[in-house]
Amino acid sequence: MDNPNGIMIKARGLTKDFGEVRAVDSVDFEVRKGEAFGLLGPNGAGKSTTMRMIASVSRRTGGELSILGLDPNEHGPDIRGHLGVVPQQDNLDVEIRVRDNLVVYGRYFGLPMKFLGPKADELIEFVQLTEKAKAKVDTLSGGMKRRLTIARALINEPDILLLDEPTTGLDPQARHILWDRLFRLKEAGVTLVITTHYMDEAEQLCDRLIVMDKGKIMAEGTPARLIREYSSREVVELRFGSDRNAVLAGQLAGFGDRIEVLPDRILIYTDTGEEDLARIVERGLRPLTSLVRRSSLEDVFLRLTGRSLIE
Amino acid sequence: MSDAISVHAGASAYFGRRRSARSMAYGTWYVTEHRLRTMRAYLGSIIAGSVFNPVLYLFALGVGIGSYIDSNAGAPGIGGVGYLVFVGPALLVSAALTVAFEECSYPVMGGFKWTREFWAMNATPIDARQVVNGVLLAAGFRIVFTVAVFWCCLAAFGASPSGYGFLAMPAAVLSGLAFGSVIMAVAANLEEDDGWFPIINRLIITPMFLFSGTFFPLEGLPIWLRWLGWISPLWHGTQLGRAAAYGMSEPVWLTLVHVAYIAGMLGVGLGLSWRSFRRRLSK
Amino acid sequence: MMRRIYAGRPHTVVLRALYALKTSAWFVVVSGFFEPVFYLLAFGLGLGTLVGEVTGPLGRPVSYAAFLAPALLATSAMNGAIYDSTWNVFFKMRFARLYEGMIATSLGTLDIALGEILYALLRGLVYALAFLAVMVALGLVPSAWGILAVPASLLIAFGFSACGMALTSYMTTFQQMDWINFFMLPMFLFSATFYPITVYPEYIRWIIQAFPLWHGIELIRGLTLGQFDGSILRHVLYFAAMIAVGLAATTRRLTNLFMK
Repeated sequence: MDNPNGIMIKARGLTKDFGEVRAVDSVDFEVRKGEAFGLLGPNGAGKSTTMRMIASVSRRTGGELSILGLDPNEHGPDIRGHLGVVPQQDNLDVEIRVRDNLVVYGRYFGLPMKFLGPKADELIEFVQLTEKAKAKVDTLSGGMKRRLTIARALINEPDILLLDEPTTGLDPQARHILWDRLFRLKEAGVTLVITTHYMDEAEQLCDRLIVMDKGKIMAEGTPARLIREYSSREVVELRFGSDRNAVLAGQLAGFGDRIEVLPDRILIYTDTGEEDLARIVERGLRPLTSLVRRSSLEDVFLRLTGRSLIE
Repeated sequence: MSDAISVHAGASAYFGRRRSARSMAYGTWYVTEHRLRTMRAYLGSIIAGSVFNPVLYLFALGVGIGSYIDSNAGAPGIGGVGYLVFVGPALLVSAALTVAFEECSYPVMGGFKWTREFWAMNATPIDARQVVNGVLLAAGFRIVFTVAVFWCCLAAFGASPSGYGFLAMPAAVLSGLAFGSVIMAVAANLEEDDGWFPIINRLIITPMFLFSGTFFPLEGLPIWLRWLGWISPLWHGTQLGRAAAYGMSEPVWLTLVHVAYIAGMLGVGLGLSWRSFRRRLSK
Repeated sequence: MMRRIYAGRPHTVVLRALYALKTSAWFVVVSGFFEPVFYLLAFGLGLGTLVGEVTGPLGRPVSYAAFLAPALLATSAMNGAIYDSTWNVFFKMRFARLYEGMIATSLGTLDIALGEILYALLRGLVYALAFLAVMVALGLVPSAWGILAVPASLLIAFGFSACGMALTSYMTTFQQMDWINFFMLPMFLFSATFYPITVYPEYIRWIIQAFPLWHGIELIRGLTLGQFDGSILRHVLYFAAMIAVGLAATTRRLTNLFMK
């Protein structure tokens, strides 16, 4: 079912209403074969709804959507046979054991046992759960459960892997293990679609992404291009204490290209971070803490919407 | 939403010289209060269960099946009273035991395992013993409510002819507390939910309900099975209830055995629960 | 339409349940058999000595135990089916998010509904066979027609499962689930379970006869006692209708819930 021109997913004017609420508002995008495509945005941006439409379990209200050249409204089960889904909240089968989770899930696709046995073992090894193969699911840590969910999503050797907030709620070490596994999948040529509200995740994993807010696409491009286009090279972060940030912001006028005042800190967008910081201190302004860092997608989002990604 | 937060607004004024003084004095009640608040969430089904179930059982088993029994074997088999009068106290006590089981089984296991509220309580000056007493006291409130409603139904059906019939109520409440305390000790030791409660329900509660002289006198069982009744708090409670409701005749020493058995069970159950809670909470 | 909701693989959902059974303690499963047996011993034999004989389906007197036993078989078919299709399904739907995972594969909602029900029937079959064996051993099945009580109890279980699942799909809290019991208990107590409904005035009989358990009990009682006439078809049709309505409603509702 491979598309000759390599377009795996194509959305035109894709729209979804829940009653009065428009969750996804006429979005256009394409995902090409072998690409890692990201949907970045805060909670409630419409990412998960978009994801569920791609997963062919949610019917669109309007527009066009084609997955592997098929219309999900007509060919839901056929399309789902080619997808692997990692939902936002784990829905592993806690009543059966780790390895059985993979085998049983494979049966849902109609795969034969003689295929599923070796495949399950291979995937268990890939997600580094070999020692836990016979364990009960509720004995796994959060990171292990996520990895098992990913293994489960790979049981049918999908053409597209959908990951909804794959590392939300995991500790930093577990996130890095997971990212490493996803990288390997990408190298193996699996098309990935990832939603996230973590910029570092989007920067690390995605070849190309769309920034969503309130159901609309705000910007599209590679992470590097988005940062170049919507932010400066560096950012100076200053904290003066919660009641003084707003007051002191006035005295910082003239520094950098742009200044953002947040409740807990002030951000100065500039290409010359260290120099600016030195000059601020020379002026006698004494921030409690200060930091110069590279611009990130967080800054892109702030610029596009005036709001933080994580609220 | 206000961004301001005060950390010295004067909570200290409410504490005595020692911050633990109040908790040490009233801890049990605070736990009870917590449990009663939790019950509010299912108040509707508690009330409906207390009114609806007894009426149904009385009607179906007392009146319905009673009409057959009274016209057939008749009164002699069950001590010279109508079947409804015979079965009434048994249903009253078993309603108390059912409530005790509901409050002391899953909520206790869950308090350790799911909501972890017992650890939260124990993180304040409240100790393990107060948690046990508080949970049982809260169960007691529900038992009293159920028993009172049920007894009124009994009286309305004419199933409590004696002037001392109301004494069946304390008998039922005490039986419920005794049984609840034992169940609580068991529940506090269950670290995994391996379906133990369904098992207890099917293999202990149901046989107890059926074979404790509830629906037919214990003498109806072969002698080698009567121990089922002798060890059952339901039987002891029911016999006390029958003595109160229609003056069932039995030797005084046996009545004293009933009282002693129930009181002893409550004592042992509480002791075991204190020990189990203390061990589990300090783990 | 059919392709959207049915992939022809309900057996994979049954397979999943069997894997789950492997991890649950065997004595929990076995203990389910004892409950109706205890009732039979206590009421049939213990209380039976007080009750004596009662009037059977065709007006002939039968022993109390022989009268009660088929009612307990029908009731345990109902209880098993209701438990599996309500509490179990509710847990899987709202907490374990199990169906969400299934629906992400090429399975359809009808596969899930049918699969869950098939498994419940499989379990019901084992319990029904065991209970019928106890009845035969106690001499409570005078008729060879009695063997048909097994398929009959599956029919009853199927009807209750289908409708139970449909109801459950509308529930959102445990408190609402409690209300199912308020419906079950009176049905259990009044559906000619413990004594013939002739003790009631006419209008109450009409009400009782509108409820499914009465049909189930009459169906099985007629078979084990070998006392039935053409009207037994009415009972069968009643359950056939429950199955059809329940399955249609469940599938529709699951489709709305998980594919919105």
